[in-house]
Amino acid sequence: MNCEGIRFILDGKVITLDKLPPTTTLLQYLREGLGRTGTKEGCAEGDCGACTVVEGELCGSRIVYRAVNSCIRFIASFDGKEIVTVESLQSPAGKLHPVQQALVDCHGSQCGFCTPGFVMSLFALYLEDAAPGRAKVVDYLSGNLCRCTGYRPIIDAAAVAMILPEPEVWSRHDAQSESRRALHASITRTHSLNIAVAPGYVAPRALDELAGCYENNPGAVLLAGGTDIGLWVTKQLRDLPSIIYIGNVVGLATISETMDRIEIGAAVRLHEAYQAICAHYPALEELANRFASIPIRNSATLCGNLANGSPIGDSMPILLALGATLVLRRGGQTRTLPLDEFYLGYQKKALEPGEFIAAVRIPILHDSAGVKIVVASYKIAKRFDQDISALCGAYVVRIEAGLVTAARIAYGGMAATPQRARHSETALIGRPWSEDSLVAAGKAIAQDYRPISDMRASANYRLQVAGNLLKRLYLEHDAAATFPTRIPAVSTALRVESP
Amino acid sequence: MNTSTAKPCPSEVVGKAIRHESAHLHVAGRAFYTDDIPLPANTLHAALGMSTIAHGRLRAIDLSAVRTAPGVVAVMLAGDVPGHNTCGPIRDDDPIFADHLVQYVGQSLFAVAAQSVEAARRAVRLARIDYETLPAILDIRAALAAQSFVIPTQRLARGDPHAALAAAARRLRGTVEMGGQDQFYLEGHISVAIPQEDGAMLIHCSTQHPTEVQHKVAHALGRSAHDIIVQCRRMGGGFGGKESQPALFACAAALLAQKTGRAVKLRVDRDADMIMTGKRHDFIADYDVGFDASGRIQALLVMLASRCGYSADLSGPVNDRAMMHVDNAYFLEHVEIISHRCKTHTVSNTAFRGFGGPQGMLVIEQIIDDIARTLDLDPLAVRRVNYYAITERNITPYLQPVEDNVLALMTDQLEASSDYRARRERITVFNQHSPVIKRGIALTPVKFGISFNATLYNQAGALLHVYTDGTVLVNHGGTEMGQGLFTKVAQVVAEELGIPLASVRVSATDIGKVPNTSATAASSGSDLNGKAAQAAAHTIRQRLVDYACDKYALTADKVSFTQGRVTLGDKATDFAAFVLEAYGARISLSSTGYYSTPKIHYDRATLTGRPFYYFAYGVAVAEVAIDVLTGESRLLRVDILHDVGRSLNPAIDIGQIEGGFLQGAGWLTSEELCWNEHGELKTHAPSTYKIPTARDWPAQATVRLLEGEPNREDTIHRSKAVGEPPLMLAIAVLHAIRAAVASCGKRGVVLRLTAPATPESILRAINAVQKEGVDG
Repeated sequence: MNCEGIRFILDGKVITLDKLPPTTTLLQYLREGLGRTGTKEGCAEGDCGACTVVEGELCGSRIVYRAVNSCIRFIASFDGKEIVTVESLQSPAGKLHPVQQALVDCHGSQCGFCTPGFVMSLFALYLEDAAPGRAKVVDYLSGNLCRCTGYRPIIDAAAVAMILPEPEVWSRHDAQSESRRALHASITRTHSLNIAVAPGYVAPRALDELAGCYENNPGAVLLAGGTDIGLWVTKQLRDLPSIIYIGNVVGLATISETMDRIEIGAAVRLHEAYQAICAHYPALEELANRFASIPIRNSATLCGNLANGSPIGDSMPILLALGATLVLRRGGQTRTLPLDEFYLGYQKKALEPGEFIAAVRIPILHDSAGVKIVVASYKIAKRFDQDISALCGAYVVRIEAGLVTAARIAYGGMAATPQRARHSETALIGRPWSEDSLVAAGKAIAQDYRPISDMRASANYRLQVAGNLLKRLYLEHDAAATFPTRIPAVSTALRVESP
Repeated sequence: MNTSTAKPCPSEVVGKAIRHESAHLHVAGRAFYTDDIPLPANTLHAALGMSTIAHGRLRAIDLSAVRTAPGVVAVMLAGDVPGHNTCGPIRDDDPIFADHLVQYVGQSLFAVAAQSVEAARRAVRLARIDYETLPAILDIRAALAAQSFVIPTQRLARGDPHAALAAAARRLRGTVEMGGQDQFYLEGHISVAIPQEDGAMLIHCSTQHPTEVQHKVAHALGRSAHDIIVQCRRMGGGFGGKESQPALFACAAALLAQKTGRAVKLRVDRDADMIMTGKRHDFIADYDVGFDASGRIQALLVMLASRCGYSADLSGPVNDRAMMHVDNAYFLEHVEIISHRCKTHTVSNTAFRGFGGPQGMLVIEQIIDDIARTLDLDPLAVRRVNYYAITERNITPYLQPVEDNVLALMTDQLEASSDYRARRERITVFNQHSPVIKRGIALTPVKFGISFNATLYNQAGALLHVYTDGTVLVNHGGTEMGQGLFTKVAQVVAEELGIPLASVRVSATDIGKVPNTSATAASSGSDLNGKAAQAAAHTIRQRLVDYACDKYALTADKVSFTQGRVTLGDKATDFAAFVLEAYGARISLSSTGYYSTPKIHYDRATLTGRPFYYFAYGVAVAEVAIDVLTGESRLLRVDILHDVGRSLNPAIDIGQIEGGFLQGAGWLTSEELCWNEHGELKTHAPSTYKIPTARDWPAQATVRLLEGEPNREDTIHRSKAVGEPPLMLAIAVLHAIRAAVASCGKRGVVLRLTAPATPESILRAINAVQKEGVDG
């Protein structure tokens, strides 16, 4: 086996590592290997954002920059990429970058421990958007916790950064400079990467190669975004078997569309996957925005979420309701399986040894003459941003001439797996599209699930709300409703007209 | 930073919105926290072995696999501690390592030092512990039923509450329930112990209380205080969670360092931090209140019961403060407050911003709200009718007169500026036509007593050096946890010496420089250390004046210090040149400073006296929306008016107010601590424990400082403490939610809304209020 080192760019230089265990997290490497202690560990699970760094990746002629959590990303998955840390942003003379200066000017740091993470999230935003609105700023900060400020000065700093003079280094122009792109191109790999250092790591380039590798070594861990697998190491201190990384496989990182379906490859990140889905189903934008945080969505993949199969994963209910199909690959063989039939029990999936999800196909449903398709998914959690669902409901209802002619309803958080609500569906199909019908369908939920009580919610709450969400579904799509059905997403108090 | 202004004004630096002294380091990733300090090459890394049961006897601890695990260098158990195996702040009931008995899931049993963090953490998992399980008491109700108390019950009473209750026009009984709160500082607990020569030990520790760490480490090692030096440049947040809690980690690191002769770092991960360390006490309160038709309280009986956990820790003073804030802004003529300090087999609860005050205040605010609902009055009207008056009705239950009351004024100002009345009417109309989304609005006041209840802690020292280039290094007993203490102290010193702020550096807290420090707690940091540093600066300034008078035959009024210049009669010179001259004349340029808070006294036996030097005040109006189908809620707008006296630094004070408010809002809405039936904490990481995010700060927010009301007491530049009081402004959020829930039922119905008001809690309250609406 041809063994090599991991190559990535840091501060304009290519770094090659050939002795480091591939499961070393980037954060460990930065802090312990390089003594770059600006990047902090706050939780080691990708939830607090103190470890946020920015990853650059050459995609065609542009370098795409994304904020990611360094605490749970294995160093090997940065092969071929650029890493930007909080220490990278100052000019050689020590001048602060606009996002840094704005945080100083707005009094955006108190204890300062979370600050490097905020700097990097704001930096990613800075590169992407020269004039973001408040809503976008808040979205970009969804993965960063601060316990000292009320966030107001940090939100202010995002706007202030945009009007400060362009920096010497890491301006938007500098981020796409020819020399930088050339450096990226110089480390782009055309062959697979093999790392012999334990536990062993292979990053194939071709789908056939991946399929062969995994078929021959079905005990290996398939790694994509690693936002769950990273925790096996950082939280559970598990010894991983050898790793097969799918992120470099040509063809798996693609989204393809036909008239009636979207196909999303296994290496497509959640961020791009949901962009594609929401282009057809704008009603799912809130769900997409509430799925973890931007740094997590920048690493994690949609298929990884499906393969993980957590009962509280937020992708499954809506994909079950839409009737998604998995493309499964094992060695040279490909089969398709409805997502419906994939989850057999808690953490049990219909996968053969050596078989993996290559893609997911999501039907595109259109309204047509006399046919209205209602699509929605509602997530319920203690916090709006980056929380795990207490429950998550998803609904695809076909209405013809005022009657429900088809309904697919699925929930997460209600059972050991994400599951369809068959009784509720049955109660709805053939009934008029009316509040009464939806309330009746909501009552049938009690026959569909026996949820547990845990720290996220009690069984009673889950059952009541799962039913109530069907009422919400109706009210939200009832053109005649004269009252609000949702709490405003952007906080606005009622205005008082002057007398 | 040069903040000098062209026009001479009484304050050149003090009172200005100056940035945090470390801001430029924070944003660049160049501010050193304890985990970032370069260490000796052979440093070991430690991990702690934890109990997996809530209550039981330790039959056997088999560490053979731990000792032989890769990388392990040393192991410590209770029996290996050369000194005292205890790290409790007040009583000796917190063992460093459990001996014979375990009393909560997560209790420290042993420590391991290994070549790497990973090796240490892996090794501790190999321990085989044999327990004899004992029955566990896991919550307040169970502890009350078993009369399980960690320290004796206290009673505070005034007047004749039972008789007055019997005679009251109206009477209401109810229960208030509120959860605890994890501090969730972003930087977890960490200590580094570095052996020095001759048995001494240098400890770098993320701590609000270096002196306590010094004492506990000295006792554990069997050494004297002067053998142990503790330093802390900054913490990544504290919030009370690093007052008594760092001692365990510092002791464990120091013990391993002593044993191995090598530096030892103990950094616990987030899960261990949340499982092993104390939190805000959750409380239950039963009340019986008598009142008249206007809602004025005629008599009140309150039973407070808090979950203290397995040991005393700081639960005594926390619960005392809770009792002393049951009055909040209200005069309680006939009152009895009973406070049970419940012992449970859960982690020992501890200090958290507000220190019992928020819990006491939440009780009376709900009582006021319940009275208002019963009488179908605007809760604000009931609040006002119960407010402390100025010259009468102004004595607290603990017999301290309220002499600086500005709440009526503040309430008037905020009621007008927030448009409270009109918005409340508008919301009532909105709710009548909105069956799914309900809105609510509330105005709540804060009155918070400033000073440590224990009088002795109200003292501070400082050490100030002027170097011959005119720069100043100041050190004081306070610690920097992000609250801006070092910035404020630097401002005070720059002001006193008339030099630019850039000439003043505040260095790491170091008990080798300033000894016998009080915890940086009780909002007292700037009050105490600002005064101590001012005193030190004043001493040097006076020496310089004396020298100038002597040398240039001037009277003292002809010598002044401003903007880095010294005026000597009709001449002027640079401060730097002048101090060099003074040095040449053999004038001492180094001084200590000391301060102790005047006027305060407190009798622990009767819980009466003047425990507080003064009160800090605030008012907040919050508007929320809730979804009656799901119980989800959102804060839509907040208006705050807060009293910081004459602000030392408005930018820092606004930061404290906003941050305190949102932290309080988290406590009362999304932050829920859940234990299972085995006493295991199920919310021990940010994945399951949800503090507010950026979205939770409302787009419509107005935060103002009360103007024109300097502190009536002689505090540092007439400022007021600001660390804790703003947290309680968030009670307005809970009460706005209450108002929204109330609109789901009939008028006159009392609500049952427990805090935190999670979606589930809100939906439960809606279910209850709607049921009463139907039944009643």
